[in-house]
Amino acid sequence: MSTLSPYAPEAGPPRGSSTGRRPSGRGRRSSPMTWRWSDRLVLAAAWIAGIGLCAIAGAIVLYMAYRGIQYLRPGLIFSRPQLSSDQAGSGGFLDPLLGTMLLTAIGILIALPLALASAVWIAEYGRGGRVNQSLARVVESSIEIVAGTPDIVIAIFGLAVFQLSLFAPFSFTAEGGGVYGRSFIAAGAMMSLLALPPVYAATRDGLQAVPGHMREAAFALGKTRITTIRRVLIPSARSNIATGVTLGISRIIGSTAIVLILLGSTLRIESQGSIPGVGLLRGTGSSLTSYIYENSPAGEGGAPQKAYAAAFLLLIFVLLLNLLVDRIGRAHADSSGLAPIGAVV
Amino acid sequence: MIERLRKPWPDHRAERTLGAVSLLVGVGVVAMVVFVAIRAWPLFEHNGLSWVLGGGDFEAEVNRMTAATTKPAAAVFHLRAWPLIYGTLITTAIAVVLGLTIAVLSSVFIVELAPARVRRIVIPMVRLLASVPSVIYGLIGILVLVPFVSNHLVTEHQKVSMQNVVQLTGGGLGVTAVILTVMITPIMIALICEALASVPPSWREGAVALGLNPLRAVRAVTLKAIRPAIVAAAVLATARALGEAVMIQMVSGGKTFSPRPGDGVVFFFEPLRTLASAIVDFREGVGSPALSAAVYGFALLLLFSAFALSVTGYLVKLPLRKYQTRG
Repeated sequence: MSTLSPYAPEAGPPRGSSTGRRPSGRGRRSSPMTWRWSDRLVLAAAWIAGIGLCAIAGAIVLYMAYRGIQYLRPGLIFSRPQLSSDQAGSGGFLDPLLGTMLLTAIGILIALPLALASAVWIAEYGRGGRVNQSLARVVESSIEIVAGTPDIVIAIFGLAVFQLSLFAPFSFTAEGGGVYGRSFIAAGAMMSLLALPPVYAATRDGLQAVPGHMREAAFALGKTRITTIRRVLIPSARSNIATGVTLGISRIIGSTAIVLILLGSTLRIESQGSIPGVGLLRGTGSSLTSYIYENSPAGEGGAPQKAYAAAFLLLIFVLLLNLLVDRIGRAHADSSGLAPIGAVV
Repeated sequence: MIERLRKPWPDHRAERTLGAVSLLVGVGVVAMVVFVAIRAWPLFEHNGLSWVLGGGDFEAEVNRMTAATTKPAAAVFHLRAWPLIYGTLITTAIAVVLGLTIAVLSSVFIVELAPARVRRIVIPMVRLLASVPSVIYGLIGILVLVPFVSNHLVTEHQKVSMQNVVQLTGGGLGVTAVILTVMITPIMIALICEALASVPPSWREGAVALGLNPLRAVRAVTLKAIRPAIVAAAVLATARALGEAVMIQMVSGGKTFSPRPGDGVVFFFEPLRTLASAIVDFREGVGSPALSAAVYGFALLLLFSAFALSVTGYLVKLPLRKYQTRG
């Protein structure tokens, strides 16, 4: 291979330790000016790719900020959407905002216990005995399948489940008993499937990172396994769990497909039945994502300005959640800083 | 009751409870396949597997399905959905090929080339790209990119010459593929970066000591070592691209059409529809039994593709474990 040719002129052996930026022992860099043109081309392409991605991300944020500052008014956040063909009269997005919060709450409330239980069981009990091991494999691969399932398929699955007459009490019902399968409960339950994989992965990694001697110390004090888990392991994995939950929340607030299919297309929150809390959960509504969709030309198309304003608000939430992951993540060492994306995949 | 829960549990009960709760996830996955399959059954009953083939007029078939009554005749179920599958495959292929190139280059940039100060900026930016919701990508696409393409890239002449085939509105393969690339590249970067960082530095240092310049060393040693991770990243990104629904529905032009590579540049302006975006398109039509069976059929196909891809991703990553590098 030509690259291994001893006559390759481009680089001498690394000479001694320079004051290089990386203490990886690479030595002084050979100057790219002396490289072959093909190598220089690849080097340039790598820089362009890296900087180009930054430029795209920066452009998206700046453009959304520009549009957001142009159109976002505090009044929009606190007023309810109105049916109107005119942008000036169509109100704000109080209901979608509340809808997003409600969906997030339901989703996390369902996902957190499930994810915690499976992570604890896999990490602490899944190794003992053949039955447990094979069951643990089943659970692990199911969570991987859930993580890989597109959210549109999860939404369609939710529709199939909640349209069963068995689940009629949980969803919006038409006059005469037709079950639409659309409600906050239906959408929230499916949202929990989005949040489950990141919470599970983060919790499991946190539990596995707890050194074995902490378990042994607890056992030596006469604690049972479950007490050790509750008093020692879960508290020390707390920051991992928080990271997972934050990632789960950002997946939930960004999901459009589930809201479009399982929450119906009413912009206002419409309760179903007369019991206040239950009626709300059984009712339909919207979230920020579906509000953006409905106001863009793809939906009703009436109000791109409202769509920009809501999108800016959503982007701010996402950025804040990103920052939160960073702040929590600083507590436990993180190799590349990109692991949070990997956890979601 | 509450008091009993507060007391420390005996270990065996805790183990069984936790195990049962975890198995719920497995039950959920089985339920997902079963429910979607049952709902999609009429489609398979009437078409067999040949609904994935071409040869029909998709829009006419869908209109017939929508118009059908609650007890449709067997002929109504007739469907040939190849245009959707073709649209899915072509957008995914373009996005994955483009994205993989960008991802490999920028991962090498992030891990090996960039000065620490630049790296501290690039990594949060990549994470930002990964976390922007798809509806915001769609919004930017439909309000910024589609009008731009329509006004500046598609010429009047092209619009007129394609008039009788399909209307060029700006949205279509080009915009879809570009945005999809931006959406899936960060996923690949995350996986490739993790693999790059786990290659022992001494391997690359050895290559440098033999006289390779740093870039060649990365290419000859590091990238070769993580080839399985690169393939796995491509596979997982493919799964993500297949399932993208809302963004594609917003920017793809909203017509069932198979873009023809023979058309030259116009190829990139031709509208299309993918399996996932068709589900969003026809979401209101699930009241009609025939259309509902078709929509569930699309979902089932997506579910199995995602399943097959995650198995492939797992198998591809196996050799990495052998070298004790994490993938």
